[in-house]
Amino acid sequence: MKAPEDTPSGGRTRLRWLLLAPFAAMLDVGSYNRIEPALAGIPFFYWYQLLWILVAAAIIFLVYHREREGHRESDGGGP
Amino acid sequence: MNLTATLIFALIFVSVTVLGFFAARWRAGDLTQLHEWGLGGRRFGTFVTWFLLGGDLYTAYTFIAVPALIYGGGAIGFFAVPYTILVYPILYLVFPRLWTEARRSGHVTAADFVAARFANRWLGLAVSLTGLLATMPYIALQLVGMAVVIGALGFQATGLAGDIPLIIAFIILAAFTYTSGLRAPAMIAVVKDVLIYITVFAAIIAVPAALGGMSHVFSAVPAAKLLLPVPPAASLGSYSAYATLALGSAIALFLYPHSVTAILSSSSAAVIRRNAAILPAYSFVLGLLALLGFMAVAMGLGTRPEFAAGFARFGTNYAVPALFLAVFPSWFVGIAFAAIAIGALVPAAIMSIAAANIFTRNIWRAFLHPACTDAEEAGIAKLVSLAVKIGALFFIIFLPQQYAIQLQLLGGVWIIQTAPAVMLGLFCRWLNGWALLIGWAVGIGWGTAMAASLAFKAAVYPLTLFGTVVPGYAAFYALVLNLVVSAALSLLFALSGRRATALTGEG
Repeated sequence: MKAPEDTPSGGRTRLRWLLLAPFAAMLDVGSYNRIEPALAGIPFFYWYQLLWILVAAAIIFLVYHREREGHRESDGGGP
Repeated sequence: MNLTATLIFALIFVSVTVLGFFAARWRAGDLTQLHEWGLGGRRFGTFVTWFLLGGDLYTAYTFIAVPALIYGGGAIGFFAVPYTILVYPILYLVFPRLWTEARRSGHVTAADFVAARFANRWLGLAVSLTGLLATMPYIALQLVGMAVVIGALGFQATGLAGDIPLIIAFIILAAFTYTSGLRAPAMIAVVKDVLIYITVFAAIIAVPAALGGMSHVFSAVPAAKLLLPVPPAASLGSYSAYATLALGSAIALFLYPHSVTAILSSSSAAVIRRNAAILPAYSFVLGLLALLGFMAVAMGLGTRPEFAAGFARFGTNYAVPALFLAVFPSWFVGIAFAAIAIGALVPAAIMSIAAANIFTRNIWRAFLHPACTDAEEAGIAKLVSLAVKIGALFFIIFLPQQYAIQLQLLGGVWIIQTAPAVMLGLFCRWLNGWALLIGWAVGIGWGTAMAASLAFKAAVYPLTLFGTVVPGYAAFYALVLNLVVSAALSLLFALSGRRATALTGEG
């Protein structure tokens, strides 16, 4: 019995590299440590990071969606 | 005492208790088996896991402490947001694989996996002890969160009498965890999360409206708190501190035993992947909650006489309760405080179950009583879950709160040292168990030394690299050293092992 991850390509896509984007964006602190442009009175520092919560979630959803087919057979029971 | 709020609070608390006991019958299983009591039978689907992990990771203490950090320290406290952003790509990439391994081999804890993968029970013991040490102060901190809201309800008694509500709450918690196992926090988490969402959205709408818009909130905050200070020459200053705090915390989060327990209780690896995409909903709520810290600043709560006693007793942790008392009618204060108190019960229950799983499986059965039956194993786990909670309760009642906070800070430094064995262990078979054990010891040693040099008061250590000061999260720096040692020694052992087999002609 082999898990999907044990095979080199099963379920994985090149989209996986996108999962690095949140790290690149969030660890470059100097790039977002500023007030302007403010959004509805909220300084950039705050709304930019809040926005990245959504962007990162969208990326993970996209990768999950693409990889779902490859994983479906060997993941075992459950919805 | 605030009577309406206290009544609503008590009513919600009692209903949740009933739910906790009732949970034993939910998707009933044989509760004399450890994986049934301690992992809910590995049957939780996407939505239950979402509530369970949400209730588990975003604890009452988080909801009190993150806004408190913003209230007291400003922008640096917002690192909780990038932290909870970075956690989910890691969850997606690494932990479905742990689930698959655990399911295949019947593992209940991360230490089970590590001991089996590297055929090294001492490495398993190291991972177990780290997990136990990191979890205990975390449970105690949940009590801190609960104590703050109970205090804010107006119980002004001091000494042991003042602790009676807390003791009652914990007896209830201990009882339903004992009878229902992981099913109880899973069921209660649903109620807790709904209440938290309602509370946060009410606050995020009501407070800016009372202050005349978000721009008024931020214009009332001192400029120095609004952004991170720009690093001086020859230092990366607050930038490297902010980045390593976020990254280190993200790496550490899913190594905590209570996270592993919730992950392994899901019904498939796909449930975990799906949750990596939908759990960020909680991060968004946490981000909004963090901003409540600024709202407390803008409303000038720290200078109001009616809150002076609370701030004197609980420090900045009183910011959120004070804000709720200032803007909400009493009946809604009852709901909001109940949400926070139940928000302490859920993770405290999961943490005590996780600690019990580890003690029973990786210490009791692995080292002390290898011959024990499965039913005995589950029985011991139930007793240990009681002992763990009583320990946490004594800790909070008889020792200064500051100890729990400092130990939890150390817990983060320690738990991250299991990352090479648990996370890389899933992918790299060339790592050597003894090398990982030495790397772990070096990481724990240096991490603790850094924390000690900061008098256990701060997590950011000013490391000097090639003449530049790079302040960073001590846990992260210790992990880097741990990784270097683990990898280098693994290679060394592999090379010397090959030479030895070549010399004796066995190869």
